[in-house]
This record gives sequence, C-alpha cells and structure tokens, in this order.
Amino acid sequence: MKINEKNTAITVNSLNLWYGDNHSLKDVSIDIHNNQITAIIGASGCGKSSFLRCLNRMNDLIDNIKIDGEIIIKNKNIYDKDVDECAVRKYVGMVFQQPNPFPKSIYNNVAYAPIKHLMVKKGSACDDLVEESLQKANLWDEVKDKLHSPGTALSGGQQQRLCIARTIAIKPNIILMDEPTSALDPISTEKIEALMLELKQEYTIIIVTHNMQQASRVADYTVFFHLGDLVEYDKTKNIFLNPHQQQTEDYITGRFG
Amino acid sequence: MNKKITIYSENPFYDKSLKTRHMKATIFKMVTLSSLLFSLGFLIFFLSDIVIKGLPAFQQTYIQVDVTYNEKTVKSTRKAVNKEYRRLVSRSWLRTIPQQVIDNPNLMNTKIKLWILADDQVDQYLKGHHHNLKPKYIQSVDNLVKNNATKLRFNIIFFTRGDSKIPEYAGIKSAVIGSILTLIVTMVVAFPIAVMTAIYLEEFAADNLWTQFIEININNLAAIPSILFGLLGLAVFINLFGLPRSSPLVGGLTLAIMTLPIIIISSRAALRSVPDNIRQAGYGLGLTKIQVVKDHVFPLAFPGVMTGSIIGLAQAMGETAPLIIIGMVAFIPDSPNSIMQAATVMPAQIFTWAGMPERAYVEKTAAGIMVLLTILISLNAMAIYLRKKFEVKW
Ligand SMILES: Nc1ncnc2c1ncn2[C@@H]1O[C@H](COP(=O)(O)OP(=O)(O)O)[C@@H](O)[C@H]1O
Ligand SMILES: [Mg+2]
Repeated sequence: MKINEKNTAITVNSLNLWYGDNHSLKDVSIDIHNNQITAIIGASGCGKSSFLRCLNRMNDLIDNIKIDGEIIIKNKNIYDKDVDECAVRKYVGMVFQQPNPFPKSIYNNVAYAPIKHLMVKKGSACDDLVEESLQKANLWDEVKDKLHSPGTALSGGQQQRLCIARTIAIKPNIILMDEPTSALDPISTEKIEALMLELKQEYTIIIVTHNMQQASRVADYTVFFHLGDLVEYDKTKNIFLNPHQQQTEDYITGRFG
Repeated sequence: MNKKITIYSENPFYDKSLKTRHMKATIFKMVTLSSLLFSLGFLIFFLSDIVIKGLPAFQQTYIQVDVTYNEKTVKSTRKAVNKEYRRLVSRSWLRTIPQQVIDNPNLMNTKIKLWILADDQVDQYLKGHHHNLKPKYIQSVDNLVKNNATKLRFNIIFFTRGDSKIPEYAGIKSAVIGSILTLIVTMVVAFPIAVMTAIYLEEFAADNLWTQFIEININNLAAIPSILFGLLGLAVFINLFGLPRSSPLVGGLTLAIMTLPIIIISSRAALRSVPDNIRQAGYGLGLTKIQVVKDHVFPLAFPGVMTGSIIGLAQAMGETAPLIIIGMVAFIPDSPNSIMQAATVMPAQIFTWAGMPERAYVEKTAAGIMVLLTILISLNAMAIYLRKKFEVKW
C-alpha cells in the first residue's frame, strides 16, 4: 500500500531478516502512516517483534542476525553505514512487553536519558521535562508526591506508563510498543489505550498486539503477518470487516493462530 | 444438629507396600542426617582443638625478680639477675638492659624488683606443657610460685612483634602486615582487570567459538593447583622482570593471577543475573554501551562482584603454596614497610612455626591459625553484609 510521501513516517523496502538460517522476515515492504496508530497482528512467532526491532535497530544487539533491505525514515536508510543506532533509537522510542523501569527513582527514570542525550541539564529545566513527560503519560497526578520513591514500587500499569513517560522524555517522533498491555490487567490496559489515542496527535505509534479487540479499538491501520510474510495491510476497519486475503480472514475469525 | 451416621469400612487407603517405602525414606533421612553430623563433628573437633591449643598463647608468664643495674651488668647482662633465676627470665629481655640504661640513666647502680617476661620453658612449665627445665630451675620456679612472684599477662608481644627464634618474643605482626601489603597488591591488580574482563565477555563479546574457548580456559585456570602459579611468579616476576624475591609485590602479583579467574567467573555470573530487560530499556532509549553498563547493569551486579572479590581475597589470604616458591616463607623479624621488602604472610608464618622444634611454638601455631580464621570469617561476614546492603530491591 503506497501512500503519499508527506504522510509517511517509515518506508520499509524489501526487508529480509535471518536468525542464523531461520528466515524470519520475508521481503517485507510497507509504508507506515504519520501520526496514526498502526497495529501489527499475527500468530506467535510470525515475526512481529522481529519486525518492530528492525525499525529502531534493536536487532543490532542480537548475535548471528542478518538483515537486508531498506528502512527509510526522514529520507534516510537507517541501516546506512553513516547512521548511528543510538540516534535512531532516540528518534524511534520503544516500550516493551514487560514494564522495565530502571531500579531508580521515578524522577531519575524519566530524567536519566534526556540528561545523557544532553537535552537538558540537571535543575529546573530537567524538573520541567520530567513533569511534562509524566503529564503526557497520564501519570503525573499519581506520582507527583513521590517522585523520589523507586519506580519499581509502582503497580504494573503505572510502571508501563512510567516507561512511556521515559520514552516521551527524549522527544521521539515514533514510538514502538511490543505487546505493551499483555502483562497488565484490563483497567490498566484501558488507561494505556486511552493514552495511546492521546499520544497519536504527536507521535506515530506502531503497536504489536495479540489482542484483536485492542487492535480494532485503537489502531487506524492494521498489518497482518503470517510466518514472516506481510499478508495484508489496510485500514483497520477493512482488515476486520472485509479482509482480502483468506489467511487474514481465517486469523481474525479465529480459525487458526 | 443431627450427627451423620457413618458405617466404617475397612481402611480403603491401605497399601501394603507403603510400609517398606516409608522405611526406606526414613533410612535415607538418617543417612543424610548422619553425614551432616559427621562433618559438623569434624568441624567442631578441629575448631575446639585449635582453640584449646591456641588460647594459652594469648597469655604469657611474667616473673618478679630483682634486677641489678651497674657497669658490670650492662656489659654482661646475664649477671643482672640473681644466679638462681638467671635462666628463668627471657634472654631477649636481658638484651634490652643496655638500652634501658641509656633511656633512663637514673637506673644505673640500682637494684629493683621488676616483673620480667619469663623464658619460654618457664612459661610452658607453668602452663603444664612439656618443657626442658632442669630440676634445680624447677625448684626455683616453684619458689617463685610460692611467693606469688609469677603471673600470666595478656601476651601483647604476640600482636606487636615479628617472628623470633626466642619463642616468648615471637609475634604475628610482621606476618599480618606482610599479608596486608600482599593482598593490597593482589586486589589493586586483580580487581580492575577481572571486572573489566568480565564486562567485556558479558556485555561486548559475541557468543562464538572464540569466546567459548576463552571461557573454558578461564574456568580451567581456576582449577589449576595453586603451586603452579608460584612457579609462574618465580619465572616471570623474579627471573624475567627481576623484582625482589620474597616481596609482597611479587607475592601479590602471583596471587593476583591466581585470583583473577575467581573474580572473573563470579563477576560474569553477577552480570548475567542482571535481567536483560534493563539492558533493553537502556538501549531502547538510545543510550550508549558505557551508559547502559556503567549506570544500569553494573550497579545491579555490584553486590555479586563484591562478594566474589572478597571470597577471592579470602582464598588468596589463605594461600601458602605459591608463596613458598617465591620465597615468602622466610624468617622475618621486622615488619616490612614497603611492598619491595622481604616479607612473610600469615599462613606462611603458621607453616614456619609448625616446623619449629620448641614446644612453645605449638601454641603460637594454633594462635596464628585463630588470628587467620578470625580475619577470614570477618571477611566472609563482610561479603554477606555488603551483598545485603547494596542489593537493589525490585
Ligand atoms: N533472538 C533470536 N534469536 C533467534 N531466533 C529468534 C530470535 N528472536 C526471534 N527468533 C525467531 O524468529 C521468529 C519470529 O519471532 P518473533 O519476532 O519474536 O515473533 P512474534 O513476536 O511474532 O511472536 C521465531 O521463529 C523465533 O523463534
Ligand atoms: Mg513477540
């Protein structure tokens, strides 16, 4: 699905990925829309996380991996030799399945990375950034009185929002979320979903989810992967009401997967 | 309330084989328990034997005799004490008479009653151990005892002096200082190298044949008999680099090589136990390797690294064999005051004393072991304390 270049956040061209001999992503090409939520669905092991990790070069950390193809963000292939993966990850933030705050205070969880990226110095500018980030993550009111208590002492849902605040703090343009609510209870999940809908005004969000209802609730676009192939990519409504591929229909109607 | 009436049948849970099966379990339990008791018994036997042998060494006999200070006795110090008691006082003390007179000229031409360190034979006799006192001296000692002119005092000499061929004057201080200097060298060299190696292997190196080969070799290194490290130290540090024999520098370097694999292995285990999602969190924020490792991974691994290092240190402290080879089992009366001087270490001092013919060294040996064990146990306690203190709560 080709889209207007102006509205494209990420363009993926013929992306292939191998873990050793295991060909896990097969010739994937896709344009991701700006300021929209794109959901990636598919059965376990079909390559959703692998695909997501390609988008901010987190796969560089894995031994014995081979990636070819292009991922173009801001008119630059992020796999070009002259691109630093740290800069890519700052532009493309990531939230993980298990909430993983640092075992530090709530304040330092948010403040650490902006300071290291030389975006702010310690002091009032940093305080402002921490507040702003926690506000955007809808966490400020719950933690404003205990900013210096450990982030790990929060509930799971709060921890996940802290991780989102931490990601927002370095001002990315794109946020990747790999099953961000699968470890959370329904109420925390609802809060995160509401948050995602707010965040899409400012950020492009790509979310991997196992939960079809979640995809239909939050996503503007949905991608269906099957065994490393991108099978179908369309507006979420079309994918769920009117899929073109038999495999997609089988999956969303629960006939396999 | 109506009680329900039950008709009791024969026990439906009856199983004939269970009785023997339970008996086997009981026997098995007894076997494991007796093994525990057996090893516990050994430990208690060993410790009480050491304590019983070593405790007397912390007290030393003093006798009260008249001492004459004059021209003659300054020259021939033996004569300072009445013939009857002459052989009962420590020769080392008699040797200090000229210096005493220099320090305090008023002593000249006086005769005073003093409490003086007794000869080791007297000490052993009064402690009821084997001794070589001639019958006439036994008589003199008995006289002193009758006149309340003998007493046991805390043996300060044991803690303030180095080794001596005169048993009542032998102490552990120079060995303790030798151990401290040696272990400082060991830690200054081994700790940073080992921790850096562990960080490289865990955080940077790819998992391939080459790193597996290195890993196997490090594990093997930890299993090499320690005496071989002594040979290595001799060949490299003394013969090749020409560093001074018997010095804490060479001893420390040798022990450092021996301790390296221990610290590397425990530091790697500590780093590996840091959950991977902390690294992912860091890299996901675009942090560089050093920011992730230094600020997030290492602090979590730190208690484990510390524990491993202290255990390595304790092991190095008890090591004797490699130090024999590089000449650190030596007679060292004066405490070394630099890492280049000849020195000995605690276990080597214990080894030396254990080989001495005089009965008085038996209790010194045991007392030396007690001092060494006390330090080792304190180090281990410190390791536990540090681990608890720095452990990050999740
Ligand atoms: N680090 C890795 N090393 C080797 N194989 C991997 C690794 N991560 C994922 N895989 C393999 O790649 C395939 C896709 O996995 P993944 O992207 O995690 O799927 P999903 O997130 O859709 O469940 C699976 O077959 C999986 O076994
Ligand atoms: Mg996954």
